Amino acid sequence: MQERIPILQMGRVLLVTIQVDMHDRLALQLQDDLTNKISESGAKGVLIDISSLEMVDSFIGRVLANISSMASVLDAKTVVVGMQPAVAITLVELGLSLNGVLTALNVMKGMKLLERE
Amino acid sequence: MSSSVLATVISNGQEDLLKEWVQQQLQAEGMRRDLIKVEELTAQSREFLQRFQGAVGSGDLLNIRSMGWSPVLESIGELSRQRGRMGFTPTETALFVLSLKAPLTRLLREAHKDDPIKFIEEITVVGELLDKLGLFTMEVFLQSREEVIIRQQEDMLELSTPVVKLWDGIVALPIIGTLDSARTSVVMESLLQRIVETGSEIAIIDITGVPTVDTLVAQHLLKTVAAARLMGADCIISGIRPQIAQTMVHLAIDLSAVTTKATLAEALKTALQRNGMKVVSSSAV
Amino acid sequence: MPVLNSEVLPVRGEGDIVSVRQAVRKWAVEIKCSLVDQTKVVTAASELARNLLIYGGGGEVRLEKLQEGLRGGVRVTFEDKGPGIPDIPQALSDGFTSGSGMGLGLGGAKRLVNDFSIESEVGKGTRVTITKWK
Repeated sequence: MQERIPILQMGRVLLVTIQVDMHDRLALQLQDDLTNKISESGAKGVLIDISSLEMVDSFIGRVLANISSMASVLDAKTVVVGMQPAVAITLVELGLSLNGVLTALNVMKGMKLLERE
Repeated sequence: MSSSVLATVISNGQEDLLKEWVQQQLQAEGMRRDLIKVEELTAQSREFLQRFQGAVGSGDLLNIRSMGWSPVLESIGELSRQRGRMGFTPTETALFVLSLKAPLTRLLREAHKDDPIKFIEEITVVGELLDKLGLFTMEVFLQSREEVIIRQQEDMLELSTPVVKLWDGIVALPIIGTLDSARTSVVMESLLQRIVETGSEIAIIDITGVPTVDTLVAQHLLKTVAAARLMGADCIISGIRPQIAQTMVHLAIDLSAVTTKATLAEALKTALQRNGMKVVSSSAV
Repeated sequence: MPVLNSEVLPVRGEGDIVSVRQAVRKWAVEIKCSLVDQTKVVTAASELARNLLIYGGGGEVRLEKLQEGLRGGVRVTFEDKGPGIPDIPQALSDGFTSGSGMGLGLGGAKRLVNDFSIESEVGKGTRVTITKWK
C-alpha cells in the first residue's frame, strides 16, 4: 500500500499532478518526496496541479503551505495551479488563505509565472 | 364506525355518485370550464372514486396518512400539481374533493333512512375525512406553486449576473442592484467559473450599480477576491461611489489588500497595463 | 423532521476519513446540492472526521438524509468516546489547537454548514452534529 504521487522533472521545474482523493499519509509522503527531489535535482521551481482535486481541507492546505515554505528554504519557488472555484470558495470560508503560496490558473500560466520570478 | 357500510354504499351507488359529483363540480361557482373538459373531469373523478372506495374498504377512516390511503393521496397530489400548473385557483382546486361531500351525504341519508343517529355518526366521520383530504390538496397545491417560485428565483439570479469578457485575459462583472447573501454567492460562483473557462488572470468587479454596501456585502466581495487569488487570478474592484467609500471607512472595512479604481475605464486601463498593453491614440503611432 | 435514510461508518484509521468524504459527497449529490455546497459539507466532514480520529481516538460517523418541507438536507453526526472538550467556546475559536493542526477544524467546519451543534463531557466523549440544507 505504498502509494505515491509521481513527480515529473521538466528541466529545472518539478511537476506534480494530484489526481487521487488525497489521504493524509499520501500528502505527507508527497511533502517528503518533493523536498528530497528538490535538493537532489537542484530544481528552481515546483508546480503542483490540483485541478482534479475535489476538496482541500485544512490538513491538505497545511501540507501545500509547508511544501511551499520548505521549497523556499531550498531556493525553489512553488506554484499551486488549477484550484477549482468550489474548492477556493470553501478554503476562504474555512479561513485558510495560503498566504505566501503562489497560484496560477493552469500549468502553462504557472510555468510563465516561474520564468518571471 | 363500520367502514364497510360506507364502502358498500359507495360501491352500490357508484355510477349515480359519479354523475352527481361531476355535476356538482361543473355547477360550482368558479368552475373553469375553459381549462378542463367534461370528459377529462369525469375520468379524473372516476379514478379518484375507485381509489377512494378502496381506501375506505381498507378500514382506517381517520388517518389519511396510513398505508391504505396512499393511492388516494397520490391521485390527489397529481391532480393538485396539475391544476396548479394549469392556473386553477386554490379554491377551484380544493373544490374537487370538497364537492364530493353533498352527493355522499345524500347516499348515506338514503342508506340510513331509519336510523338518524347512525346517519349523523357516519356523516361526521365522512365530513372530517373529506376536510382532511381537502387540506392535503391545498398543501400540495401550495407546494407546487412554491416550487415554481423557487425555480424562477434561481433563473432570475443567473440572468442578473452576466460575466463579460473585456479583453483576452480580462473578464468583468458589472453588478447592478442590491446585493444580498444569496445573490452574492451566485455572483461569486459565476465569476470564478468564468475565470476558469476563459483563463483570465484579471477580473474586474464593477459596483457602480450597487446602491449600498454593508459589512456583509463587503465581506462577500473580499471573500471573492481571496478565492480568485487562490485560483491564480487578481481582482480589481471599480465604481465605488463616494458615499460607499465613506460607509466602508466608517464600518472599518479594510480594502487595502484589494486594488480599487474609481471607474471601470480606469480598471480596464490598469488591467491592460498588467498584461503588458497600453492604449494609445492612433495618430501617435 | 423525517429522516429518509441513514448509514453508519466507523472511523478507525486514516483511510476511513476518505470513505467519510466519499459517502458525504454521494449524499450531497443525491439531495442536489450545488457543487460549492457539496464541497463545503465534504470539507467540513473531513475536518471533523480527522478530529474524531486524532483527538477522540476514533469513533462513529452517522449520515442521515433529511426532508423538511421542500428542502432536503444531509445531517452528519461524529461521535467518540474520547477525553472530551473542557472548554467548547475556546475550541471553536480560530487558531486554537490542542494538537498540531492549524486550529481551523471546529470553527472552520461550523462556517461551512447551516447547522452546527456540539456536546461534550470530559472523560465521556464528544458529539458534533452538522447539517447542510439544499
